[in-house]
Amino acid sequence: MAETPPVIESLPLPKDGRTSHAPSAMPAATTATALAAHPSQRPAWQAWLGTLHEHPLLRPVLALVILLLVDLVFLPDFWQVQIRDGHLYGPLIDILNRAAPLMLASLGMSLVIATRGIDVSVGAVVAMSATVAALMVNAGQPLLVAYLAALGVAVLCGAWNGVLVAGLKLQPIIATLILMVAGRGLAQLMADGQIITVYQSSFFVLGSGYLLGLPVSLWVVLAVALATTQLLRRTALGLFIQAVGLNPVASRLAGLRTATLIFGCYVFAGVCAGAAGLMIASNIKSADANNAGLLLELDAILAVTLGGASLAGGKYHLAGSLVGALIIQTLTTTIYSLGVPPEVNMVVKALVVFLLCILQSSEWRAMLRRWRQRPAAPRGDRS
Amino acid sequence: MSASFPSPASPATPSPGDGATRRSLRPVPNPAPSPSPMPSSSSAAVDAGAASRTPSGNRPALLLRWLHHPAFSAQMTVVLLLVLLAAGGLRYDGFAAPQVLLNLLIDNAYLLVLAVGMSLVILSGGIDLSVGAVLALSTTVAAWLLQQAHWPAPAVMAAVLVGGSLFGVLQGALIHVFRLQPFIVTLAGMFLARGLCYLISVDSITISDETFVHISQMQIPLPGGFVSPGAVIAVGLLAVGIWIAHRSGFGRAVYALGGNESSALMMGLPVGRTKLMVYGFSGFCASLAGLLFGFYMLSGYGLHAQGAELDAIAAVVIGGTMLSGGYGYMAGALSGVLVLGTIQTLIAFDGTLSSWWTKIVIGALLFVFCVVQRLLSRPLAGAGAAQ
Repeated sequence: MAETPPVIESLPLPKDGRTSHAPSAMPAATTATALAAHPSQRPAWQAWLGTLHEHPLLRPVLALVILLLVDLVFLPDFWQVQIRDGHLYGPLIDILNRAAPLMLASLGMSLVIATRGIDVSVGAVVAMSATVAALMVNAGQPLLVAYLAALGVAVLCGAWNGVLVAGLKLQPIIATLILMVAGRGLAQLMADGQIITVYQSSFFVLGSGYLLGLPVSLWVVLAVALATTQLLRRTALGLFIQAVGLNPVASRLAGLRTATLIFGCYVFAGVCAGAAGLMIASNIKSADANNAGLLLELDAILAVTLGGASLAGGKYHLAGSLVGALIIQTLTTTIYSLGVPPEVNMVVKALVVFLLCILQSSEWRAMLRRWRQRPAAPRGDRS
Repeated sequence: MSASFPSPASPATPSPGDGATRRSLRPVPNPAPSPSPMPSSSSAAVDAGAASRTPSGNRPALLLRWLHHPAFSAQMTVVLLLVLLAAGGLRYDGFAAPQVLLNLLIDNAYLLVLAVGMSLVILSGGIDLSVGAVLALSTTVAAWLLQQAHWPAPAVMAAVLVGGSLFGVLQGALIHVFRLQPFIVTLAGMFLARGLCYLISVDSITISDETFVHISQMQIPLPGGFVSPGAVIAVGLLAVGIWIAHRSGFGRAVYALGGNESSALMMGLPVGRTKLMVYGFSGFCASLAGLLFGFYMLSGYGLHAQGAELDAIAAVVIGGTMLSGGYGYMAGALSGVLVLGTIQTLIAFDGTLSSWWTKIVIGALLFVFCVVQRLLSRPLAGAGAAQ
């Protein structure tokens, strides 16, 4: 229950802020309304509960917490975190490390989905960037050069998708499908159909190394997430992306460079996928063009949906996507640790997606409303 | 793509390049009111020579109209298929044998069946990503019922077909009732179906049932060679599909739905029922493809036909069906599947090319066809942004 203490501490903050502000700073005319609004705020925990209830992160975090509690009940060892070889060690840390590539990919996917798009080429980009990096390292190039080359290929892939979607205005699914089909073929072509094993130990740091007791990959994800959040919040970029997703035509008429924005989102998704590919290759110490990142795009889409974003575009929630990725990895690890056949994983995932989509849909809410009203209506008619 | 607005300052003398791009962006059904079909001529000369221009100016207009006609990419596919076959026949010995062509049908029978179902879904403006997984599930269920439960073969086939159709109808119901995106629903359906395969059996189950073995070994003689029963079933289904799409009221409803869902609703068409039936038909086709795949491989396995949904979509797109829905021919499924099959056969005949070239070439073809559809076709011009 790591979530509760900070939340409780922050509880009095909004109340203090409002009561101290309202009488002094506001002019006389508005104090009346402020006072009128004041009694309704009296049970502050209720107002706070209300805002919490509407917070987009609530449901994904709650799902993750429930999942972790289930683990606590059924797997006593699950929450054990030890210090081994100078770094933290335990199933929780393992989840963080394994979820890192998915978290990165879902960061990129969040922005693409926010522009009403979708990128199904993530897995192919992972395969390509992993192959390029492994080939370069094996060819004796410095690690930095290899990484830059791999990310360069990922940028090219993202730009290709971006040109097709933003420039040629192809449907995003089909535009990225092209790279999904051809990209894996190109990766196999580069690798000559072989699994490229890497022996240079510095290559393994990204995927299985530790920094300050935590996995290096987690730090990378945090850095990318923080930088992206700051970029989107501090500038108008986040607003623009949402505007494009909500109504592409209106935002173009309002003077936004929609094509450039959409292009940028696909490039960002490509870079994220490329970095995820580096992590995966580093973790398994080889590049497998055939299987690296297979179906990663689907997991990334699932993570974004779990995080509370709508596939209809116009909404993104980077932290939500990260939590969504953690939910998926926790689910996978739980299923493995419980001794349930791992095949159940896919069925569970599918049912979760169905449930989430139904719960998110406005039709479901309308149905609920009708159900609530139905018992009331006949009573009114009869009496 | 810098589509600049026509500036009001120079209406009489459009620059040659400007006029050309504007004409290429939209077809000109009636050449008379367009500002200047002849880029080099001035406006006075156009007025004077309007009468004399008509006979000679018609030819480029006709050519343009043909280029912009939505059927253009479907026709191009047939040409491409013939060119590929001719090139293969000239380059490789034994390629032009009739049996090689019949093998195309035998090897791709399951893909043709998938593509027929997929065509209808795409025509209705949707997409079905679950077909490959439903195919695998059908093979697994069939193998399990035959080997473990010892059901008779006809009962197994009926059960598989009914199950696949129900799976599709359920997906259609989710899409229609909750207004979910077909993409995400069928994606989850794909996970579900593959997961169910592994729940039934992690390993491949060999089918040793007499009927299945008999069907798989049967050869139906034709002039020049033989075909498998699967190929005959696939071609039969294609005929049924053509009838459904182009001759039945249901087919017209599908086209209307793909053209514009709101309009279809306002016309009083049964949109909900049509959607359920479209996805149900796709599920039926996927399970039928599963049976054909079962005859072909004589095994049931959760890893069967991985990525088959992508091949089916590629075949449908290459066959000239618009991804935005509402335009295309059911017969395009056949030409699309045959093009994909021919590419694979060519690569197999060459022997020096590795299998991954298939993926690259299919990707490149998909790209070319999407771009051609996008640049030349009218229906996509407005529908591209609104997905």
